[in-house]
Amino acid sequence: MIEIRDLHKYFGALHVLKGIDLDVRNGEVLSVIGASGSGKSTLLYCINALESIQQGTVVIDDVDVHAKGTNVNELRQNLGMVFQQWNSFPHLTVLENVALSPRIVRKMPKAQALEIAEKQLRHVGIGDKLSNYPSALSGGQQQRLAIARALAMEPSYMLFDEATSALDPELVGEVLDTMRLLAEDGMTMVCVTHEMGFAREVSDRVAFFHEGIIEEIGPPEELFSKPKSKHLKKFLAKVK
Amino acid sequence: MQPSATFFSGFTLNDLWFLGEAALKTLWISLLAISFGSTIGVVFGWVLNVSRLAGTLTIAPVLDVFRSVPLIIQLVLFFNFAPMIGLRLDPFEAGLIVLTVYTAANVANVARAGIEAVGDPMRRAARSLGMTYWQDMRYVVWPIGLRAVFPAWVGVALGVMKDSALVSVLGYVELLKASQILVTRTQETILIIAIVGAFYFALSYPVSYYATRLEKRWSQ
Repeated sequence: MIEIRDLHKYFGALHVLKGIDLDVRNGEVLSVIGASGSGKSTLLYCINALESIQQGTVVIDDVDVHAKGTNVNELRQNLGMVFQQWNSFPHLTVLENVALSPRIVRKMPKAQALEIAEKQLRHVGIGDKLSNYPSALSGGQQQRLAIARALAMEPSYMLFDEATSALDPELVGEVLDTMRLLAEDGMTMVCVTHEMGFAREVSDRVAFFHEGIIEEIGPPEELFSKPKSKHLKKFLAKVK
Repeated sequence: MQPSATFFSGFTLNDLWFLGEAALKTLWISLLAISFGSTIGVVFGWVLNVSRLAGTLTIAPVLDVFRSVPLIIQLVLFFNFAPMIGLRLDPFEAGLIVLTVYTAANVANVARAGIEAVGDPMRRAARSLGMTYWQDMRYVVWPIGLRAVFPAWVGVALGVMKDSALVSVLGYVELLKASQILVTRTQETILIIAIVGAFYFALSYPVSYYATRLEKRWSQ
């Protein structure tokens, strides 16, 4: 379970997150929507400590993420993250991309790491590209590679940072399908997304960010059909 | 016997061996300077990347001096000043030290550019998988970044190999010095310079050939 209390984040003088309180239950799929610059992505970075925070707490399975003694490297193994830019390692084959961190971070024997990597790559549907280099893959395939790479660490949580925003429209579907598959597997997911269809169909709850606060949160049918805040109404009118 | 007869004599096969030996010395001092210099240069490049402030205050000005002052002046100055601080160096040692520092100064900037070529998003992705700072460096940043600047590094390395000729001013008998000795004795300037040129080519070409093949393999 992810428990966020009174989270504040500044970039210099810029107050990006202004007191976030949020719980993500195990097995839950939470979509985070909102305009660009509203702090959605920053929230994800604060959850896995890629960004420091200035006030408040983030607690994951009873571990205080930003406490001094916390081993963030160990913690991140349990928190897979997929970025807008897929960031595949260009010098490694698809299979090696996925096997790298199980091998060096979890100190797995090579054969076992490769086995896990292959399993995850088949799971996301690119099991036929194992010995290719990422440059030979389409954007959608590279993003699925990134998902497999995160899954190979066998995390309990997955964070998606606008995973489909950089993709050509015709490739968005395959990545969303992979994310759906994960949701059906019972993965706990926090998805920052601009895909309202995905947020509506797949998520258990949707959080609407506006200028650094969660302005509205609830089941998707409520948020999308009966929005209460005027900013959300405006936002939904714009994206429709 | 005329004194001049022993003074000047034609180019013989033995002289070719003499040149060959000198070429090995050129190769040896270059190889050492490039290896040590590159290793140190990568570390300096890392320092420059990690902390611009610390870099600017400490090694950056020093590196600038070594990159900007002509190598021949560095060699002569160092060779003559070293005894003053109690260092007793033969020409080879003095030349090797100066060449190493010169290589390091040039490689430092190449290496920094390489590390910077790997953007923050890539590094965050690596860290998000649980990699430590050093695992990220070892398995992601260096392999990607140093490959990106490999052609620039090859340029530095080939430059050092050719610039090692300047160590001859200290009296170290490498290719250029050997050719001067032979030219003085045989008076066959063109022939000997041509042979020496061929030796330098023979030393450099395999490096650039192999480098090009590596680049091709990486770019697939």
